[in-house]
Order: sequence, then structure tokens, then C-alpha cells
Amino acid sequence: MPTLVFVESAEGKIKKTSLEAVAYAHALGTPVTAIALGAVDTAELESLGKYGAQKVLHVADSKFNQGVIQAYASVLTQALADEKADILVLADSSLGTPIAARVAARTGSSLASNVVALPDTSTGFVVKRSIYTGKAFANVALNNAKKVISLKKNAAEAKEVGGAASVTPYTVSVPDADFAVKILSSEKATGEVLLPEANIVVSGGRGMKGPEHWGMLEDLAKVLHAATGCSKPVSDLGWRPHHEHVGQTGVKVAPQLYVAVGISGAIQHLAGVNSSKYIVVINKDAEAPFFKAADYGIVGDAFEVIPKLTEALKAAK
Amino acid sequence: MKILVCITHVPDTTSKINFIEGNTKFDPSGVQFIIGPYDDYALARAIELKEATAGATVTVLNVGPADTEPTIRKALAIGADDAIRINAEPTDSFFVATQIAQEAKAGNYTLILMGRESIDFNGGVVHSLVGEMLGIPSVSPVMKLELSGNVAKLTREIEGGKEEVEVSLPLVAGCQEPIAEWKIPNMRGIMSARTKPLKVVEPKTVDSGVKLQKFELPPPKGAVKMIAADNVAELVNLLKNEAKVI
Ligand SMILES: Cc1cc2nc3c(=O)[nH]c(=O)nc-3n(C[C@H](O)[C@H](O)[C@H](O)COP(=O)(O)OP(=O)(O)OC[C@H]3O[C@@H](n4cnc5c(N)ncnc54)[C@H](O)[C@@H]3O)c2cc1C
Ligand SMILES: Nc1ncnc2c1ncn2[C@@H]1O[C@H](COP(=O)(O)O)[C@@H](O)[C@H]1O
Repeated sequence: MPTLVFVESAEGKIKKTSLEAVAYAHALGTPVTAIALGAVDTAELESLGKYGAQKVLHVADSKFNQGVIQAYASVLTQALADEKADILVLADSSLGTPIAARVAARTGSSLASNVVALPDTSTGFVVKRSIYTGKAFANVALNNAKKVISLKKNAAEAKEVGGAASVTPYTVSVPDADFAVKILSSEKATGEVLLPEANIVVSGGRGMKGPEHWGMLEDLAKVLHAATGCSKPVSDLGWRPHHEHVGQTGVKVAPQLYVAVGISGAIQHLAGVNSSKYIVVINKDAEAPFFKAADYGIVGDAFEVIPKLTEALKAAK
Repeated sequence: MKILVCITHVPDTTSKINFIEGNTKFDPSGVQFIIGPYDDYALARAIELKEATAGATVTVLNVGPADTEPTIRKALAIGADDAIRINAEPTDSFFVATQIAQEAKAGNYTLILMGRESIDFNGGVVHSLVGEMLGIPSVSPVMKLELSGNVAKLTREIEGGKEEVEVSLPLVAGCQEPIAEWKIPNMRGIMSARTKPLKVVEPKTVDSGVKLQKFELPPPKGAVKMIAADNVAELVNLLKNEAKVI
């Protein structure tokens, strides 16, 4: 029986987290059917074959161009039935997680979100979830035949396994009631690397002294192809937009590299970055708690170190 | 208007997390428990709406054993009118959502506010599950919620931005800042909370097909490598050749 994977796209391109979901499903050892809704490039959909999908269902109807959660959940529920798929895999996101919950409730599936690793199938089907805001994990058995698994970033590596996928148009009629939530407008940073999905994040704290100094962090982010983030006080003070605030009460990031500049490393901030693979801390105070969570540290004044670091990175290219 | 606010009873954000009984149980020793930070935003917005709407009431609900009652009382002290505790260990999201949906239906609430996420389970799903179980819309994470009559206008955070949405009540919303400012209970609130009604309800039996096997802590972090401030080239070298991340 195939595994169904919901893939999301942004600006016509499949999101990396969705490629990870396809790779995750492929690693389960079952055939993989991916499903995408709204306007996505056909070539992009075909490229899912390289990550392990055999078949891609595309719901091209423009009423799905906006991510309407209940309508998407109806489509996925129908697709699970049509494909005779028992497992749905998707990436946690503002769209993916609520869809996962609704589909699970509709289909009577065992549900796990925030999943960080492939299942252990030696005794049943046990997934590892991140809990206590990255401070611990829970291994939970999903006992129902039907399962919905929603993945935290990096739960599987999006690697190319070769292969080709056929793209099939797919239509489902959904009730009008599914469109009860009307999206009036949306504002989205475009062309930039989005913080929740970035491989590298450059983040600034109150040590940056004011919004006028963010230019140097943006320059550093640019050479690293990184997203920019910040600590909570920085967004509270209005120096940076709210969606850049990292931590317990903000975005939880899981990049390959997190560069923290002028951030003290309060436990609530660390809760949002503790899934990063490597952490670099630049702080003028050698006693800053962030150094204890870091892989590499520099004690120094950000205003001197950052421009030098940017230059050195440029030179190393 | 009847508002239901679902709150969690969770370790304070600075807590060290440990497990006992062969990593099958959370170790509460030395841990301070609080209302979930996002649930606190939901509660604060609910109180504001109650103050602005004649005849509105706020009920808080927790699915948890008796030791969550001090946290529930705190929510009453902040200004909720009454409380419900569903007497069960909150074992998984589906179980919790089933209990909440059952009570929500019985009480005919028109607005159900939750946090965007619990900071112990980190499921981010209970609001959507409850919405689905009740057959009503759910929106999360909500940064702004305004009501005009039966229609709610909300600002929802999405990756790298936000969207404005409109929906008719009944509705479930998962809240986060800056929807409202956290409220701190005052003396009068604390006194009156003692006598406000707290109803204890026995749970409905459900099998969600999800079972905890074991908790686990992340492996300890290795020591930090310090690099001199005038030697940024060394940092570049390490990132390139040791960490291999650039
Ligand atoms: C319930 C709760 C939830 C919270 N959630 C979050 C959250 O999600 N995210 C979050 O970030 N915080 C959160 N906080 C706040 C958190 O406790 C800290 O207050 C906050 O992270 C501190 O931000 P900061 O490090 O930018 O500022 P500060 O603590 O003021 O630290 C500034 C740092 O900059 C350094 N510095 C100063 N000048 C320079 C210079 N020229 N060069 C280099 N370094 C310099 C200083 O040495 C210092 O270490 C939360 C708090 C609570 C109570
Ligand atoms: N045990 C519980 N009792 C009451 N409400 C809960 C409980 N668990 C979760 N919730 C609500 O559901 C929201 C989302 O939780 P979660 O899906 O666990 O991240 C929380 O912020 C609470 O508002």
C-alpha cells in the first residue's frame, strides 16, 4: 500500500520540508504518492520522482491556490481512500500541522506531529517526537493501521534517490462549508530565505543596540544565504518584525548553522534553537550563557567582528 | 456569548526536564508549574472580550489530574468565571481533544480559545482536532482577534508573514502574542477565585491508538571551541572544513 505525502509549494517551487517528507515516506519502504494543490509548476512536480515519489496527484483547481485548511483536509482524506493509502506524511507548518490533525480525526488515524526521525519498526511502529520545546523527546507507538505523521524540519534528509514520477490531474469536489474561513489578504516576505526553512540563520539580540545596525547582519546573512532572526526583546521593541523572533514563544528553527550575535542565551531563546546542528555565538561578554550551548564562540564586539567575518567569508568563496 | 479557554499546566519555561521510572514519567520535583504561555494569551484575550461584551462569560478547562488545580485557580484569579477539570492524565493530543470537544459541545460555547501550542507536548494540533470533532473552523496561530457580532476577523501568522482571515462563529482559535497582554491576578481576584465554581468531570474512554513508550533526553553538547576576535578567518575555516556547513 502506498504512503501519501502532502507537498507544499511556495512561489511555484516545492518546499524543502516537503522534499524531506517525500524522502521520509520513501524510507518507509512503501510506494510513494505525492499530492499537491493549487498552482505548482509541472516540472517541479515531476522532479518529486527524484526524491522517491512514483506518482504525483495534482489538484490544479484555482480555488486551492490559497491554503484553505478544511478544504485541503477533505481533498487529502479522499486521496487516501482513492490511493488505498494507510499512511499520510507531511511537513509541520502553518498549513501542514492543522491539516494533519483534521485528516487524522476524520480517518481515525494515529496522529503524531513534531516527529524528528524515521520510525523504529522492530516492535510495531514507534516514532520519535520533540517535546518540552526541544529539551526532550518522546518515543510513541502509533498503533492504528492508519497513521498521520507530521514532520519537524530535518526529520529525513531530502536526498535524490533517482526515479521518475508521473503527474496525474486529480479532482475532488469539496463542500462549500470547507471555505468558511475566508482569507482576505496575505503578506509574505518574498525572494528572501524564510526563517523556519533556512539552512543558515543569522540572529541578532539586544546587543545590536538598535534597528539601524541590522544592515551588517543582513550583509552577513547575504554571503551565507541565510535568513535573519532575532531575540524576543528585539521584536518587542519593534526593531524587527514579529515573525523573525526565535525562541520558546517564537519560531523554532532547526538549521545547519545558527549564528547568534549579541544574544545572551536565555533559556527561552535556547528553546527555539536547540535543534540547530551547529551554533556560533558572538558576544562581548565571556560569561554570556549562550557560550555553553555553542559549538564555536568569539568573545568580542559585534560591531567589529561582524564586518570582518563578512569580509572573510566573501574572501573564502 | 460563552467563551471556553483551554489551558495547560506546564513546567515553567526555565525548568530543567528530567524523567523518572525508567524514563516513562516526567519528574516534577523542583519544577514550578504555570499556565501554558500561549494559553495565557488566550485567557487574556478572553477576559478582554468578556469585559467588552455584555453578558459574556469565560470558562476555563483543563484536562489533568488533581494537581493541576492551583493552575486552574490562577486562571480564575485572572478573571475567568468558572472552571472545568476533566480528571485524566493528558496522554496524547487526540485523547485530550476528545475530552475538550465533549465538554465544549455540552456547554454550547461559541468561541473556544486555546494556545497555539502546549509547551510540554508541542503538538500544535488540539485546536484543529477539536474543530474537526465539532465540525467547526479552527484558526491558529492567531495574533489578533476582533469580533463584530457573529463574525471574527483574525490575523494568522504564516511562514515569513501573516494573513487576514474572516470567519463566522462558532470558532476555535489557537492564540499567541501579541493578541493581548498577559494579565496578572490581583488580590481581589485571588480571593474570589477560591470560591468560584470548579467542576470535576470524569473522562470519556477513548483509544487514540497512540501510546508512549519512553522519554529521552538529547545527548549532552560537546565543549565550545573559542576563537580569538581578531582571527575570524579561523572561524571561517572551522565552519568550512570541520563543521562543513558553509
Ligand atoms: C515566558 C517567557 C518566554 C520568553 N520567550 C522568549 C523567546 O521566545 N525568545 C527570546 O529570545 N526570548 C524570550 N524570552 C526572553 C528571554 O528571557 C530574554 O529576556 C531574552 O532572550 C534576552 O534577549 P537578548 O539576549 O537579545 O538581550 P539581553 O539579555 O539584553 O542580552 C544582550 C546580549 O548582548 C551582548 N552584547 C551587548 N553589546 C554587545 C556588543 N557590542 N557586541 C556583542 N555582544 C554584545 C550582551 O553581553 C548580552 O549578552 C522569554 C521570556 C519569558 C519569561
Ligand atoms: N491537557 C489539556 N487541557 C486543556 N487544554 C489543553 C490540554 N492540552 C492542550 N490543550 C490546549 O490545546 C492547545 C494546543 O496544544 P497542543 O496541541 O498540545 O500543542 C494548548 O495551548 C491548550 O490551549
